[in-house]
Amino acid sequence: MNAFRHAIGHLVSCKDVSRLLSQEQEKPMSWWTRVKVNWHLAVCSMCRAFDKQLRFLREAMRRYRT
Amino acid sequence: MNPDFLKELEVQRGYLLRVARLQLRDTALAEDVVQDTLAAALAAQDGFTGKSSVKTWLTGILKHKIVDAIRRKQREPVAVSTLDEEADLEDFEGLFKENGAWSAPPADWGDPEQSLSRQQFFDIMQFCLEKLPPNTARVFMMREVMELESDEICKELTITANNLWVILYRARMSLRECLELNWFGKRGQA
Repeated sequence: MNAFRHAIGHLVSCKDVSRLLSQEQEKPMSWWTRVKVNWHLAVCSMCRAFDKQLRFLREAMRRYRT
Repeated sequence: MNPDFLKELEVQRGYLLRVARLQLRDTALAEDVVQDTLAAALAAQDGFTGKSSVKTWLTGILKHKIVDAIRRKQREPVAVSTLDEEADLEDFEGLFKENGAWSAPPADWGDPEQSLSRQQFFDIMQFCLEKLPPNTARVFMMREVMELESDEICKELTITANNLWVILYRARMSLRECLELNWFGKRGQA
């Protein structure tokens, strides 16, 4: 089961995921891309940390301008 | 003339200048744009209803003045070639291994929201924004401070949507790294 989770989690790489998560702030992902990214996030704590940081960055810029 | 209103404009002048300088990378031009903005604000002060903060209202005026200035500046061909350079994805290779895994994984920032109540955090943020390459900073500010939509930015700067995504990705990666090095790494956990 873990091997399977690992395999579907790596249909996309960290590099792709980081780019897609950034791009999502301008344009929604297709459903299949979203599924692959979610599978990746489920097994990758580094990309989960990155995802959190991106959201924080947006919030920080919102505070910066208000 | 309402003296409180004048005082408030003076208070916001520093912020407006920082935003304009980041986007225009030209101190003299930034001063002109902020001067125009304050003049327009004075002329239109009756239009300020107090529904939003003065800062938000002024930022709205500044946005139009900056877009006009960029539009005029954009006729200089130099800007376009450096924009292309900054839209190049190749530079990111160092951040990832051959197989696309992180080479320097992002750290856990704990509860970063706590930082938002500290002025020093925003000083570091300003430092990190100023370290971005000029066009990258301009595009990022248009998106995150001026809140322009992607297609408006692409139209103003005559770049493709793909270029825009790469530039914003670059900006975010760089800001993330800078904040981690200069804030969260050192004192964020404290």
